[in-house]
Amino acid sequence: MKRFLVAAGLLLLLSGCSSSTAWGWYVIDPSTERGRINLQFLISGFGNTILLSVIAAVMSMFLGLIVALPGLSDQRGWRWANRVYVEFIRAIPLLPMLFWVFYGLPVVLKSMGIKVSIDPFWGAIITLALADSAFTAEIYRAGIQSIARGQREAAQTIGLNRAQTMRYVILPQAIRRILPPLANQFIYIVKMSAFASVIGMQELTRRANELVVTEYRPLEIYTFLILEYLVLVLVISQAVRWLENRMRVDER
Amino acid sequence: MQQAAIELVGVNKWFDSFHVLKDIDLTVAPGEKIVVCGPSGSGKSTMVRCINRLERHQSGTIRIDGIELEGEGRNVRTALAEIGMVFQQFNLFPHLSVLENLMLGPLKVRGKSRAEAEQIARRYLDRVHIPEQADKYPGQLSGGQQQRVAIARSLCMEPRIMLFDEPTSALDPEMISEVLDVMVELAAEGMTMIVVTHEMGFARKVADRMIFMDRGEIVESNPPGPFFSAPESERCRAFLDRILQH
Ligand SMILES: Nc1ncnc2c1ncn2[C@@H]1O[C@H](COP(=O)(O)OP(=O)(O)OP(=O)(O)O)[C@@H](O)[C@H]1O
Ligand SMILES: [Mg+2]
Repeated sequence: MKRFLVAAGLLLLLSGCSSSTAWGWYVIDPSTERGRINLQFLISGFGNTILLSVIAAVMSMFLGLIVALPGLSDQRGWRWANRVYVEFIRAIPLLPMLFWVFYGLPVVLKSMGIKVSIDPFWGAIITLALADSAFTAEIYRAGIQSIARGQREAAQTIGLNRAQTMRYVILPQAIRRILPPLANQFIYIVKMSAFASVIGMQELTRRANELVVTEYRPLEIYTFLILEYLVLVLVISQAVRWLENRMRVDER
Repeated sequence: MQQAAIELVGVNKWFDSFHVLKDIDLTVAPGEKIVVCGPSGSGKSTMVRCINRLERHQSGTIRIDGIELEGEGRNVRTALAEIGMVFQQFNLFPHLSVLENLMLGPLKVRGKSRAEAEQIARRYLDRVHIPEQADKYPGQLSGGQQQRVAIARSLCMEPRIMLFDEPTSALDPEMISEVLDVMVELAAEGMTMIVVTHEMGFARKVADRMIFMDRGEIVESNPPGPFFSAPESERCRAFLDRILQH
């Protein structure tokens, strides 16, 4: 079904090529020299989009775990710290957070005597990881808490201590519930990475913007940009589905 | 006098302001079988769960083999290691095979080798009459089989006391007897048992003493003969009438 819709949409757009002067697909027509150069320019953004997303996702997975653990504590203070972090980070829109990290954070660091400049690459990664960590933290917490209390109690009655209960009983079960939503969350990171274009990061969206400026063909170029993200996201969601199926098989 | 296996003296417990257990006194001799019954919400589960410390009582004393359950000391852990528990919902570990469910305790708590642990596991799987299910996963077993695995898992820790909290309530009727049979055999081997159940046939056969709980109190405590034929309190009589009707 999805494949059909994509094909239909493409046909509709491409059919405009010949019939109307309003269309300007020549800008990305691979049969011309100019089209090929433009296409290559656009597609070369994939590398950085993927790199940004992967590094940010990995950082967010670690950060999220660190944030989730106090949320599982039976001490109120720790749980409170977890709530404050999650609610606070979740409330900040990505773009302001990006501006703050890229333009503001170096000033803060400088005032503390740390002189670092943050380049667009790391500025974007830090922001993406930070913003996403609130969500991964919630995924971990929900996954671990979803394991029924009876499991913990059964482990306790055969004499396992808390660490052993986590290690042998809770985590192996929780991981099956954590991995699919975590992989799903990766799709959001990929989409959010488009914001990195505004601080000059050369990724898919930035490339499209720059080409629009020189070619004045926003419709065709942004359509192509959307298709680029679509392909990327479809590949990831296929991978997630494969992962989910594997987990289900494992559970028997 | 012989050292009691389990002793509760003036035990009280509240959930917030709700008084669940009211001055519970109960002494269980080694090898004694106690069957606990009573209406829903009367505190049966809570009492049993306090005995193995899944819940904490707030006043009074609980002793296992003379060791008071107080603080987190090594002797408390030793005392608790003598107690096995079987839950209404089985609570098997779904990600582990039957054999691995049984081996986990011996391996990680008792520090046995894999070979020893497997030997123990197979021995108790034989005891509950399902040696052929060793490599299946809990989700592939019937309810009755799962509950028997759960019993075997407890037995692998070689406890001297077994607690059962409505072990057959989640089972289809045709599977109840296979679980009760295993429990009857266990009783015959001298295990100290506290069983919360409404299976009165089992109670008549196995119980040394019947306990009737209502609203957080032990209302009646008698051998099965007088308990069933001549209940002392009106509450107990009404309860028995209700469950023995069908
Ligand atoms: N964790 C808890 N927090 C608050 N109240 C609880 C908790 N556990 C049990 N209760 C309440 O304590 C009372 C006694 O519960 P308990 O489970 O011991 O009863 P029970 O006799 O085992 O009943 P049933 O036959 O339904 O299993 C009930 O009213 C129950 O709602
Ligand atoms: Mg109960």
